[in-house]
Amino acid sequence: MAHLSINGLHMYYGDAHAVRGVDLEVPDDQFTVFVGPSGCGKSTMLRAIAGLEDIGAGTIAIDGEVMNDIRPRDRNVAMVFQNYALYPYMNVFDNIGFGLRARKFDKQEIGRRVHEAAQMLGLEDYLDRMPRQLSGGQRQRVAIGRAIVRNARLFLFDEPLSNLDAQLRDDMRAEIKRLHQEIRQTMVYVTHDQIEAMTLGDRIVLLRDGLVEQEGTPFELYDQPATKFVASFIGSPRMNFIPVELVGDPGAPAVRFDADTQLALPSPGGGRYDAHIGRELLLGVRPEHMRHTREDGTRPGVEVLTVLVDLVQPTGSRVYASFALAGTEVMAELEARDVPSVGDRLEMLVDMNRAILIDPDTERTL
Amino acid sequence: MSGTTPSRAAGPAGFAGRKPWWQRDRTRRMAGRLIAVAFLLLFFLFPIYWLFVISIKTPDEIYSSPPVWIPDGFHLDAYIALFEDGDVQAIWNSLLVASVSTVLALLFGTMCAYSLARYRTGGIHLGLWIISQRMIPPIAIVFPVFLLYVMVGWVDTYRGLIVLYTTFNVPYVIWMMRGYILDIPLELEQSALVDGCNHWQVFVKVVFPMVRSGLFATAVFTFIFAWNDFVFALIVTRDAVTTFPVQITHYFGAQSTFWSKISAMSVLGTLPVMIAVGLLQRFLVRGMTMGAIKG
Repeated sequence: MAHLSINGLHMYYGDAHAVRGVDLEVPDDQFTVFVGPSGCGKSTMLRAIAGLEDIGAGTIAIDGEVMNDIRPRDRNVAMVFQNYALYPYMNVFDNIGFGLRARKFDKQEIGRRVHEAAQMLGLEDYLDRMPRQLSGGQRQRVAIGRAIVRNARLFLFDEPLSNLDAQLRDDMRAEIKRLHQEIRQTMVYVTHDQIEAMTLGDRIVLLRDGLVEQEGTPFELYDQPATKFVASFIGSPRMNFIPVELVGDPGAPAVRFDADTQLALPSPGGGRYDAHIGRELLLGVRPEHMRHTREDGTRPGVEVLTVLVDLVQPTGSRVYASFALAGTEVMAELEARDVPSVGDRLEMLVDMNRAILIDPDTERTL
Repeated sequence: MSGTTPSRAAGPAGFAGRKPWWQRDRTRRMAGRLIAVAFLLLFFLFPIYWLFVISIKTPDEIYSSPPVWIPDGFHLDAYIALFEDGDVQAIWNSLLVASVSTVLALLFGTMCAYSLARYRTGGIHLGLWIISQRMIPPIAIVFPVFLLYVMVGWVDTYRGLIVLYTTFNVPYVIWMMRGYILDIPLELEQSALVDGCNHWQVFVKVVFPMVRSGLFATAVFTFIFAWNDFVFALIVTRDAVTTFPVQITHYFGAQSTFWSKISAMSVLGTLPVMIAVGLLQRFLVRGMTMGAIKG
């Protein structure tokens, strides 16, 4: 139970300006994910919250109390590190109980809490083992156990799953999510993986070059990306960006790909696009928002586009079909039963309700 | 191992096609290795054997020519003489001086090394400068030190030798321990800080156990340095705190040389080091960071 506020945060690594003025609220009991490409400052910020890095300017406050000069151990936060950071000379029990012993809890209480945490994480049979006798996933559980026994008010996760293989990562991701549902504590989680961010986060903070690019719920970032960067970072396969010209009349805009291809846009409230008519823009369409005509009838805002398929990538559950449009390679995600062949002419249904328009000069969404 | 492969590959004939064991490549290679090992062992162990047998020979056997390779009996006269004359006090002196200076050097050296490794105290080159202090030949500073000790009255005292050996060993400890400390994953210490330790507790509860095997290895070397030192001990002691290497020189007389005493004293002086190395061997070779980090 803690509310984290970051105000005007600047951080430096030698000459590098790693965090360049971040203002952020992390609400109580929420699972907040810091996501972004490497070097965006997300881990640096997390470590600053834990008190492991010096702050250049600004404040970090937990429950209204400014933490800048408080020692890590007095912040009452718990942190899980990417490489687990288990003590190799201690068994699992002692590793989990380390923080309690450092805080001088009595033996019985330590035993009770360690067993409780071990039970929650399925580690009861491993309490006597040494870390080197555990698998990667078990080690990560021990690291999580060490964090949860403390009943800290704020949990910090620094890319905890990136050392695990793909299958285990999916399992542990689900476990962490379940853990949050059970203990309902404020958690801040750092990852470079947008899928982890989407699946785990109540809120996502997308960082880029030491600044917040956009924050919001996973669906806000997915459906209403503020910038081209957010649009391409969130979602997999990534969004298609197609150069278009905005044409048509005020109140009834359309996008033109080339001389004889154009699609109508659902008219947005208040003539949002009117001022841009006649401009070169970028149309953003997610692969999953294109369908094969055979599938269903049309709805308002769903437009038909005839394309020539030049690449087909089946994955089993889905098929990715690529085609050229306005000089760009565009990918559509189709149902598995719709496997087209290279050279097929497809009538593609494009859901323009979910498409976005991006100003190429500012790279912001219109 | 590869020696068995061709015979197995010989086909359905199976074991019928195998050569008798004494003709197999594997046996021959093994025999060659054993002979080489035996020769090397003889080469390195003979001096130790010779040292030991002289200490239990009678004077006649010592001086006989050709030499007596295996003495007739077990004559402990030399050892008894060392104990009766109180000469073994020198072993005790060596033990005390070497142990105390080793503990002190490890204590101060490890703390310095931690500071150098984690807080970059003195910049990145200070470590190199410190180890360079160790490279000064002892003989170059022993007389200035002697004059200093005369002034402060530390000649022929335990503290005189202890301070000298500690001073000489600290740079070595700093250099070695700095390396071991740099090998500790930083996250282990940071995790302890977040979990509720202060910096001192991190040092005791995380750094110390992590570098324990390195600490023992370093201890063996610092102990041996103090134990084997001759130059310092010769110059700054008289008779009260004579260490055993210096004591041995007392048996080289103008008229005669007491070979049996020399050799008995040498055996007594070698034993503690051999025992220490034997006991600590486990730590000398064991890697402690396994399992901390996936990799």
